[in-house]
Amino acid sequence: MEIEKLKAIAKEMRVDIIRMLTEAGSGHPGGSLSCIDIIVTLFFSKLRYKPDDPNWADRDRFVLSKGHCVPALYAVLAKLGTLPHDELLSLRKLNSRMQGHPDRSRTPGIEASTGSLGQGLSVALGMAMAGKTMKKDYRVYCMISDGESQAGQVWEAAMAAPKFKLDNLCVLLDYNKIQLSGAVRDIMNLEPLAEKWRAFNWNVMEIDGHDFGAILKALNDAEKVKDKPTLILCHTIKGKGVSFMEGKWEWHGKSPNREEGERAVQEILARN
Amino acid sequence: MAGKATRTAFGETLARLGAENPRIVVLDADLSKSTMSDFFASKFPDRFFDMGIAEGNMVGAGAGMALAGMIPFICSFATFVVGRFEQIRMSVGYSRANVKIVGTHCGIGIGPDGYSQMALEDIALMRSLPNMAVVQPGDAIEAERAVEYIARHDGPVFLRLTRQNLNDVNPPDYKFEFGKGVVLRPGRDMTIMATGGVVGNALKAAALLAQKQVDAQVVNIHTIKPIDRDLIGRVAYSQGKILTVEDHGIVGGLGSAVAEVVAELGRGRVKRVAVEDYAESGDPDGLYKKYGLSEDNIAAKALELLHD
Ligand SMILES: Cc1ncc(C[n+]2csc(CCOP(=O)(O)OP(=O)(O)O)c2C)c(N)n1
Repeated sequence: MEIEKLKAIAKEMRVDIIRMLTEAGSGHPGGSLSCIDIIVTLFFSKLRYKPDDPNWADRDRFVLSKGHCVPALYAVLAKLGTLPHDELLSLRKLNSRMQGHPDRSRTPGIEASTGSLGQGLSVALGMAMAGKTMKKDYRVYCMISDGESQAGQVWEAAMAAPKFKLDNLCVLLDYNKIQLSGAVRDIMNLEPLAEKWRAFNWNVMEIDGHDFGAILKALNDAEKVKDKPTLILCHTIKGKGVSFMEGKWEWHGKSPNREEGERAVQEILARN
Repeated sequence: MAGKATRTAFGETLARLGAENPRIVVLDADLSKSTMSDFFASKFPDRFFDMGIAEGNMVGAGAGMALAGMIPFICSFATFVVGRFEQIRMSVGYSRANVKIVGTHCGIGIGPDGYSQMALEDIALMRSLPNMAVVQPGDAIEAERAVEYIARHDGPVFLRLTRQNLNDVNPPDYKFEFGKGVVLRPGRDMTIMATGGVVGNALKAAALLAQKQVDAQVVNIHTIKPIDRDLIGRVAYSQGKILTVEDHGIVGGLGSAVAEVVAELGRGRVKRVAVEDYAESGDPDGLYKKYGLSEDNIAAKALELLHD
């Protein structure tokens, strides 16, 4: 039941992502499509969040550190009702709240302004530290990407979280194996990646980031771990759901034209 | 739009210089297809290094290569590479390392990506380091000549480049003179000093002013540091009124550099046209209008200054 619901929502979100990017004429489809199943599962099955009160003090936080994939988050916030759905098509236009990268001062539901890669995890770390210090029971989730994991600051945060025993912090790593100009393996290899996080004293899980059951189980399991932060290494496919985008760095930062957009939407709707 | 982006002219020129000077090496941070260092990478794969999305490390490694005798060009979006200011301050500036810092995608002219990708504080930061030269070409020809110069220049340089195409403002036989402003249009009543991608807007503004019987001189300041004190002094003493125009934040950029000189002279007046807030996503033309960098905004500010 739950899984079927998530599947249907993710499909709808993929269509919204493609429509937004087509209308905008620029943006990042590949990484938005690779992370959407994870974001959907988090928001619709796990996150303690009131769509009509996005600043509620006791909410769980979600920081999208890979900020260029914000269309995925806008789509979800619109589905939840935090943002009006018809605003989505104003993505990247002048005077719109739908900024090209997340802007917490402009857009409800955005927890941190990101878009310069490598910084979001530190902000999430701070939110988790504040939660512990204030004895609040909210959880903090942070999504980072693989190319982003080349940034040194990610590892500074990775070092700090276990020191402060932040079992309220859960990192979702969208491991789609592709960055802007090629394969992560060729540009700056991260492997062995799970071992790195383990060596930094994190609780590490490794899952298929398009398997809703696996995502949900990992999120549930993470909650039970005491005194350690959790990293969920999500194996994903860049451009997932649109065959001509899948696994292609060329679709990292290029929006589909009208014809491509329509083809992509039809394909998403046809897949189950 | 016709014209060429200064990043493209940079990439092509660097690839040409690579053949002439084997000490030139190029580092990038997963943006070589956007900074156009890709041209060099495909011709000289052994002297090109993709450092991944790790700009701080790129700055340090560039410094190390320079200290070992090479001439590294380290490339990224200007906001990301200059964002590693403290690494630049220590390992490049203070260490006197001959590193050429190349920042593309400067200013609000990049459009829809929004503030996080727009360099708007980079000139201010780079200008603050004692031995750092700051160069910003206003068209493709100037970019080409500037890159040729910078490769020969002994010492660290910050080169600021546009994403967007620019129409030519200089003639084809243009000669680049480091540290010297270029009069693009003579004029008696006042002077507009512009830099980078908005030099063309300043020229158009001067044309609008001419319709209102205002004869504005337009000067292209491609070298923001060291700034052309002589030229500023001459204008301050003769016409007195200077309007600065730049696609950069209002604090610390060309406007500040000119105002510092004018304040020390105790003669003349400066008004600054620049970006006054965290900017946002949008189409470049719409952004220029909203943030005051369009030709009519510039002309209006010029009239304010003139009648003040
Ligand atoms: C500090 C920084 N450097 C460079 C960029 C430009 N940039 C935007 S997305 C991207 C590639 C990101 O690849 P990855 O982290 O793997 O993200 P995903 O594949 O999930 O889209 C780059 C280099 C940036 N946003 N921030």
